Amino acid sequence: MFRDLVRTRALEERLENLLKQGHVVGGLYRSLGQEATAVGTAMALDDGDWLAPSIRDLGAVLVRGLPPVDVVLQYTARAAGPCSGKDNTNHYTVVDLGILGPVSPLGTQLCVLNGVALTFRNRGSDRVCMTYQGEGATRTGASHEGLAFASALRLPIVVVIEHNRWAFSTRSEQLAAVRDWADVPKAYGVPTISVDGNDVLACREAGVEAVSRARRGDGPTVIVAETYRMVGHAQHDPQSYMPAEELEEWRGRDPIARYERYLLEQGLITSDELLSIRHEVDAELDAAVDQALAAAMPQPLEARTRVYDAPEPDVTPWTRGPGVAGPGAALVRT
Amino acid sequence: MTTTYLEAIRRAMLTEMRADPSVFIMGEDIANYGGAFKITEGFLEEFGPERVVDTPISEAAIVGAAIGAAHMGLKPICEMQFIDFIAPAFDMIVNFAAKVRYRTGVGAGLVIRGPCGGGARAGPFHSQNVESYFANVPGLKMVAPATAHDAMGLLRSSIRDPDPVLYFEHKFLYRRVKEDLPENEDVLIPLGKARTHREGDALTLVTYGAMVYKAEEAADRVANQDGVEIEVLDLRTLRPLDTDAIVASVMKTGRLLIVHEAPRFGGFAGEITAQVCEEAFEWLDAPIRRVTAIDTPVPYSPPLEDYFLPQTEDIVTAARWLLAY
Ligand SMILES: Cc1ncc(C[n+]2csc(CCOP(=O)(O)OP(=O)(O)O)c2C)c(N)n1
Repeated sequence: MFRDLVRTRALEERLENLLKQGHVVGGLYRSLGQEATAVGTAMALDDGDWLAPSIRDLGAVLVRGLPPVDVVLQYTARAAGPCSGKDNTNHYTVVDLGILGPVSPLGTQLCVLNGVALTFRNRGSDRVCMTYQGEGATRTGASHEGLAFASALRLPIVVVIEHNRWAFSTRSEQLAAVRDWADVPKAYGVPTISVDGNDVLACREAGVEAVSRARRGDGPTVIVAETYRMVGHAQHDPQSYMPAEELEEWRGRDPIARYERYLLEQGLITSDELLSIRHEVDAELDAAVDQALAAAMPQPLEARTRVYDAPEPDVTPWTRGPGVAGPGAALVRT
Repeated sequence: MTTTYLEAIRRAMLTEMRADPSVFIMGEDIANYGGAFKITEGFLEEFGPERVVDTPISEAAIVGAAIGAAHMGLKPICEMQFIDFIAPAFDMIVNFAAKVRYRTGVGAGLVIRGPCGGGARAGPFHSQNVESYFANVPGLKMVAPATAHDAMGLLRSSIRDPDPVLYFEHKFLYRRVKEDLPENEDVLIPLGKARTHREGDALTLVTYGAMVYKAEEAADRVANQDGVEIEVLDLRTLRPLDTDAIVASVMKTGRLLIVHEAPRFGGFAGEITAQVCEEAFEWLDAPIRRVTAIDTPVPYSPPLEDYFLPQTEDIVTAARWLLAY
């Protein structure tokens, strides 16, 4: 678990450098300070379970076995990335690993994951689903409908609300009259577990409880993880609106330093062992970055493929009719 | 005063909000933060929280509230953080805003505005052009300015308009387009009027939004290399469509090329083609041609997005084909 926390942070640091160097294009959203929520809860899942991450859940997909090189290939828009360069950030769906990728419109993936959970239930399987939402995303219609649906059908699904105090620039107190986010699921008759989201052990424990309830057929659970977004919304956001004292206070609760201290104090690990884990992670991630940067960008024509389940790219001519055979042939972009 | 496209949008809202206390704005992160693109920076300080309203992430509720406020005589502006996120509000727009005047006689004058368009390597959900999703819905107006001058004048008219207006701002133009707009110039441009961006007699090129600049580049290249002049017509308003201006230009040139950044199938080019065939078929000396994005989502990776988007070279090729016909 310590390794996954370190991998998450170190991989995001590399992505940030790659963004500065122009290798990562578009946006980059980090989970700095929130890694324990994603890592801890995802630890509760077993083989065959499904997980739908939100943007700050890199840790969860690493726990589920997504190789870091795939993450770098994705962010650097390479052909060999899990979206083949067609979509960005963490929008990959990897069926073999049970990862359901989100789309940007918030709240939507919960509705889709309900369909996975429904299928498990109908097939008599005891597999379960887990998904994540910022408190901001819980305000969308899709989120409300998704939770209402999951509870009405008693689906085997766990929703982790990552209460990180901010939705982009908006404080959670401004976003809603809700003060205790564990109140939200009550309206749907869904049981809730509140947890310190910066305590990886507590997150795992909450995950295990919620997952076993789902596996038993007792329906959905919402875990409310109290945490803090330590960086701007995305790398382009200077986070000037975040009070320095508050950041300082939460820096003291850093989930990785905290778990490290715990492991040492309990004598569960030596500092040499911790150091060698860090070295191994560095080596793993450096190799992933090298491998991804050496990989090819997609060929332009690939833009046309995969709109439908068809073997050939759809090369719709720029013009049809008599023009195609004549000078119009020049208008067919292939 | 040198004004960017973005500042022009900002100035249009400032002007209208200063002149008319019934104008107000709602959206996500627009008050304290000043908007994801900083268009409403300082608005909260000037107009207060009653008129600059930060909302939850709830586009359907934003548009719904705007309709209700419009019934009460206010003039709401709704900001979509990216125009792609208009999707959750689709029901409110097509089933409520667009139909309420027809059904009940009570109108809903409101503006829904937000950044559209590609070229920013922003992937399938921060790059779309959504005009065609709404094209088949009577009751809506749609605006897509290309210049700072038009962005200002059309937004002011949109805010004053008694019916719902979708106002599409191309994010690629936000800081790239800079024009001299006098500080106190009272720019007000009526909806539904196209603008001749470049005069010519050999071919009519109809376009809008960011494609105006690629069209201009293509027209300049053809003028320099082939010695013929292409007329570039910037639609500015997509609905109501200025069919008169299109037809008048086609009657002059006899050739029509339509360029848009949205995908081809079901795009505006199809509608324009139909209207020109109905009204000016006799004047055409060549088939009508379209240069558009390909029929796929907007891909993320740069080589894919460059292929997806219509490029100047594509426009030149199509124009030459038409000129040689
Ligand atoms: C429907 C929709 N509207 C607006 C946005 C733009 N947007 C992206 S992230 C975000 C804030 C999300 O806050 P939260 O859900 O709390 O997650 P956090 O970023 O704090 O992890 C917004 C407004 C969006 N993605 N989807």
